[in-house]
Amino acid sequence: MTEKKLLLTGNEAAVLGAIAAGAKIMFGYPITPATEILQGWIGKADKSDELQYLQTEDEIAAGFGVLGAVLAGEIAFTASAGPGHVLLQDPLSMAENLRLPFVGIMMQRGGPSTGTVNFSQQEVNLAAFGGNGDGIRLVYSASSVLEMYTLTQEAFQMAWRYRFPTILLGDGYLGKMKTVVELPADRADVKAEPILKEVSESTNIRNCYSSEADLAEVLQKNLADWNHARKSLVLSESYELDGAETVIVAHGLVASAAKDAVSILRKSGVKIGLFRPITLHPFDTEVLKKAVAKAKKVMIFESSLNQLARIVKYELADQKVNYEEVSKPAEGFTAAEIIKAVKGK
Amino acid sequence: MENIAPISWKKSSKPHLFCPGCGHGIVLKQLGYAFDEMKIARDVTFGIDIGCSLLAWNFFDADTIQTHHGRTTSVMVGYKMAKPERIALAYMGDGGGYAIGLQALLHAAYRNNPVTVILVNNENYAMTGGQSSPTTPVGMVTSTSPNGKRAEFGKGLHGPELISEIAAPNAYIARVSISNPIQLKITLKKAIENQVKNKVFSFVEVLSICPTNWKTNAKESFEILREAEKLYPIKEFTKEKEVEK
Repeated sequence: MTEKKLLLTGNEAAVLGAIAAGAKIMFGYPITPATEILQGWIGKADKSDELQYLQTEDEIAAGFGVLGAVLAGEIAFTASAGPGHVLLQDPLSMAENLRLPFVGIMMQRGGPSTGTVNFSQQEVNLAAFGGNGDGIRLVYSASSVLEMYTLTQEAFQMAWRYRFPTILLGDGYLGKMKTVVELPADRADVKAEPILKEVSESTNIRNCYSSEADLAEVLQKNLADWNHARKSLVLSESYELDGAETVIVAHGLVASAAKDAVSILRKSGVKIGLFRPITLHPFDTEVLKKAVAKAKKVMIFESSLNQLARIVKYELADQKVNYEEVSKPAEGFTAAEIIKAVKGK
Repeated sequence: MENIAPISWKKSSKPHLFCPGCGHGIVLKQLGYAFDEMKIARDVTFGIDIGCSLLAWNFFDADTIQTHHGRTTSVMVGYKMAKPERIALAYMGDGGGYAIGLQALLHAAYRNNPVTVILVNNENYAMTGGQSSPTTPVGMVTSTSPNGKRAEFGKGLHGPELISEIAAPNAYIARVSISNPIQLKITLKKAIENQVKNKVFSFVEVLSICPTNWKTNAKESFEILREAEKLYPIKEFTKEKEVEK
């Protein structure tokens, strides 16, 4: 069942996804290529009595503003990229330890730092492991404009259900490309409640502990919850994996090109398939393990040096796999390039 | 203690963990009396910074969130947007408010966000062992100014003066000292009332003492405090602004 057909950019789809999920406040700082999310939200908020926004002095204030709002029980978020994503590691770390449902939409740009303004997949490490903790964050990677809508909703839903900080990764091409999408009518059911509870027994929360043992107790509980939730959180797409001798692993927009490549190669009889992780963290290891069990080769395509490859190799550490990594840091892939790489030319 | 302790104090967290002679105890006692007299402890959400102020994370029987270095203002601004009916207090030291968190503090004042910031100025980074801070006076010996703070590193940042330059006319801005607890309490109440009634920004700097890092006894601590009161004048900045107009 579809709601309506709209001509949307990825950034516009993210705004609609946030509204559909029941988000009420956005905190943000302008940064290419995520700026249109802030602008789009403000455009909606100025016509609404329900939606609020704050254009902050920097991303640190935006991130901690989100934390203040979620402590009050409001569904809130920010959107950023590159250097802003770096500054957001401080609030993300607090959210990680205090289990606050922080949601950030990160439209990756080329790095390090200000690098280029349009595209990369170089913020995977930052999103999943960027804080000074052990990386208990939920990270999604969108590969289409439609997913910028659906996964934004998924991000809010899971952040509030499991209380892990949650990041949706996109990139500048995805944010700015415009396409016709049919938005599904199904909406995320996000249940938000105050974390500072305002009841007679006061809620006192700290993120600084008196001893290693005190902190360890908190961390062990958080890790146990994370491991318990993994199965419910992982998402992936399997495409033409039946009988695939070559398994491509790619995420985001690169996976979109890889899917085209697989489709073309299959028509010419090449036994090839695509595994696309939708959650990069946690990772849908079980599905990938099945896919690679009979494969001769696993090819990892990514627009970063080996940020996806490290995750894949760690998750498949107990498998005997013949890897080929095709990395193009901060540059995109066409289907033709992927076909060429598969054919070894 | 039972007879004089503010009702809003969380009894299970007392005796508190601040060093003997620390000024925070005086500030938090007067703040507790302010909560009691205004009957607002249940309506307050108390945000506290890291540094010595973090030891107040369970000080009051009020909802409390302890956050990261200099980030308390931002957290409380976000909180207040979501809960405009609550009283949002941000509690921090001179390192958190005037160094690492100054940007957030200035912009909250500039936007006139309806939060009340209480900054306890003991002229050093105390939790980390007494390093020079933006408010350390020239000549003071700290672990990062072992021969006395040099004038080239700044003569002492005047926070309320700076903030009042950019704050809205109806923002309440004041500096007080722990040497006058009654005035301290009255000032804290005014700052909170301004948030409640006028829904605007308030800021109180409280000059305080740090006997542990200063390595001073009670008399010597208050001698340093007297000098601080000369460098950093005790006054309300809002009123002056109104008189000017």
